[in-house]
Amino acid sequence: MGFIEQLINGLNLGSIYALMALGYTMVYGIAKMLNFAHGDIIMVGAYTLSLVMTNLGMPPVVAILASVIVCSVLGVTIEKIAYKPLRNASPLTVLITAIGVSYFLQSVALLIFGSNKRKVDSAITMSGIKIGGLELTGESIVTLGITILIMIGLTLFIKKTKIGKAMLAVSEDKGAAQLMGINVNQTISITFAIGSALAAVAGVLFVSSYGFVGPYTGSLPGIKAFVAAVLGGIGSIPGAMLGGILLGIIESLSKAYISTNLSDAIVFAVLIIVLLVKPSGLLGKIRMDKV
Amino acid sequence: MKKLLNKKNIISVIVTVALYIAITLLMTSGMLSRQYQSLLVPVGINVILAVSLNLTVGFLGELTLGHAGFMSVGAYTGCLFTIYMDLPTYIEFPIALLIGGIVAALFGIIIGVPALRLKGDYLAIVTLAFGEIIRSVFTNMNITGGAGGLKGIDKTTNYTMVYVLIVITVLVISNLVKSRHGRAICSIRDNIIASESLGINVVYHKLLAFVVAAFFAGVAGVLYGHNLGILKPDTFDFNKSIEILVMVVMGGMGNILGSIIAAIVITILPEVLRGLADYRMLIYSVVLILMMILNASPKFAEYKENLFSKIKIKKVARKENGDGTIRG
Amino acid sequence: MALLEVNNLSIVFGGLRAVDGFNLKIEKGQLYGLIGPNGAGKTTVFNMLTGVYKPTSGTFSLDGENLTGKKAIEINRKGIARTFQNIRLFDNMSVLDNVKIGLSNQKKYTVVESILRLPRYFKEEKEMDEKAIELLKVFDLDKEKDFLASNLPYGKQRKLEIARALATNPKLLLLDEPAAGMNPNETAELMDTIRFVRDRFDMTVLLIEHDMKLVGGICEEITVLNFGKELAHGETSEVLNHPQVVTAYLGE
Repeated sequence: MGFIEQLINGLNLGSIYALMALGYTMVYGIAKMLNFAHGDIIMVGAYTLSLVMTNLGMPPVVAILASVIVCSVLGVTIEKIAYKPLRNASPLTVLITAIGVSYFLQSVALLIFGSNKRKVDSAITMSGIKIGGLELTGESIVTLGITILIMIGLTLFIKKTKIGKAMLAVSEDKGAAQLMGINVNQTISITFAIGSALAAVAGVLFVSSYGFVGPYTGSLPGIKAFVAAVLGGIGSIPGAMLGGILLGIIESLSKAYISTNLSDAIVFAVLIIVLLVKPSGLLGKIRMDKV
Repeated sequence: MKKLLNKKNIISVIVTVALYIAITLLMTSGMLSRQYQSLLVPVGINVILAVSLNLTVGFLGELTLGHAGFMSVGAYTGCLFTIYMDLPTYIEFPIALLIGGIVAALFGIIIGVPALRLKGDYLAIVTLAFGEIIRSVFTNMNITGGAGGLKGIDKTTNYTMVYVLIVITVLVISNLVKSRHGRAICSIRDNIIASESLGINVVYHKLLAFVVAAFFAGVAGVLYGHNLGILKPDTFDFNKSIEILVMVVMGGMGNILGSIIAAIVITILPEVLRGLADYRMLIYSVVLILMMILNASPKFAEYKENLFSKIKIKKVARKENGDGTIRG
Repeated sequence: MALLEVNNLSIVFGGLRAVDGFNLKIEKGQLYGLIGPNGAGKTTVFNMLTGVYKPTSGTFSLDGENLTGKKAIEINRKGIARTFQNIRLFDNMSVLDNVKIGLSNQKKYTVVESILRLPRYFKEEKEMDEKAIELLKVFDLDKEKDFLASNLPYGKQRKLEIARALATNPKLLLLDEPAAGMNPNETAELMDTIRFVRDRFDMTVLLIEHDMKLVGGICEEITVLNFGKELAHGETSEVLNHPQVVTAYLGE
């Protein structure tokens, strides 16, 4: 494969990272927590897709809808049960809980589906196109298109709608938002619902591109998506997009030109370098602690 | 010297020696089955790992997710050393332990100096990233045997060595915690801004905790390699780091004895309850979530505090010669 | 030469001049008050003087040594200690250990000495214990020395913060609303304690306070801050009757 193909590969992968990173960034920005289980919600979304399509024989559209609903409900439930009691706890406590949730989802999936990966048919039926010598798969086109649409939609949602503005307010100052009559708990729930819905879409696109799902499918991509969110500047929507796509391209190019085995290490090295050089990420803001 | 001979220290020494003798007797008399005997070393290694991780997670209050990474650095360094050196075991092995610990500690500095400027979640992710990078690198190196593993390591580790090293680890870490440096470490956990306002060098003390923890993780790694005789990079993955974290959390953050007990229970339990093996990770995850929610719940905290203050009041009352009047 | 000299100190947060051209001169041994309505920038001044924030412009010096822009750790070591408006104790540590943190830097034993429990460890720990208990006695906290700091009642927590700050052996003590949340009896007691601290430790004290009784009762001089700027300064009784000050506090 030539350089351009690698770039397109990276763009495809990067769009999926970007979608996941959007979910991470939203939850981090508003609930101020690193939802470690985000990646595993992607896995749940992928399993749901596969079950509804293959076992129930439903059309892809129904399956996608089903996985969006399942993931949203799951996200909100997790928030209610595990994270809500920890609203005032230390970040350490919340992070450990989130890791616990991540492992919980993985182990439940392992118990239900076993450790063997399950083959999933692509939910995207569009055929690829050829431009000159380049071949773009249907999955690539759809993934890129959906990601861009979602990013625009999300930006508009936050800027224009009442709920979106409430989210911004909560992310700035929970206490003040509450005093202004914003229902903080509800806003955080909605954030989790949207974040998890995005994870479901990411899950659908991910398995459509790769064709398999297993209990640990979401774990590594989830962590990488967090890397993407940090790279772009956590809390920033365009940042998540930029970070995701950059990361996808970096990974794809290092697989092609350096070493397949080392590509993950390179991705993580990028994270460490970014955090050391510009901890607020490419498009992030610096915040000051109040004393 | 006189100060070392207080009641508490004497009891500790007696318990430590008695426990060692008891286990030795159980082994030689054959009351401890072969299966359990083979568990003694892994249990001990996990105790060292848990106690050392407790220093960063429990006392310093920073979540590091790369403890297995430091363990692997120590393991590969120490094992390569004994493979390539031709010294008698009794010289070679202690040096290997020391080198494994020191190189892991060096990595602790390399990763710690920049990473400790970061806060909470970022530090956790950076240490996680470090663990994964190390694993990838070991998988791709020739000298480490790659994914197939490093073979031909002498199986030197035995129960006595592990026991001695547990004692050293616990002694070093609990002595450190009960010193001005240890108090500084705990103060950073409780309120970093107040620490700085009192002139505590936050960076230095964070690094100190980080490096000491990494050192003992490295030592544990050397013991591990010389117990199994083979090292595979995948043993030291993120799951291993989480397993150690579960021990620390279950034993109580900042509680050394708790870490020891939790490490023993968590290592032995899956062996005793074979049927539970499939559910191991599920149980870990539920334990993590429940412990955190319980600790954060005001009711539970109140209950614990009541229990705690009762003990405290008793102590104070006793010190005041049974006068018993406590103000406040 | 004044002990603390602040010249034209300013800080800007995202376009807002939170403190604008602040000046202050405190002589050794003085009890000095910094007052003003909420949001006037008083705590921000403290945060600059203790290295939590870097001033945008201006300078300040302690005993003639310029400390502008230095880090919190260094400023403490040079002799400025503080308490916080929202109490910042080490909640999970004992009352005694809270004070011993403040004494930490005056001791020399190394990590190795503490791990090996060498003689200097015991000697200096004993000295720290004695010194800490002496300080706790001043604040009537010695009986609670083994309590967790978070288990102390509110008023005692404030006192513990002062004891802890004093432990660092400062030249200048900054108290941020020491009487907040105290009842009149406790406040009266606190006033005595602050005077006692000044006399006993030869201390200079700069305090932020809303309780005018306390300010009027113990401060020899005050500066009034309003919207980040100085409104008035001078002898306490005069300033408190200054018409502009009255307006700032009571409104038109």
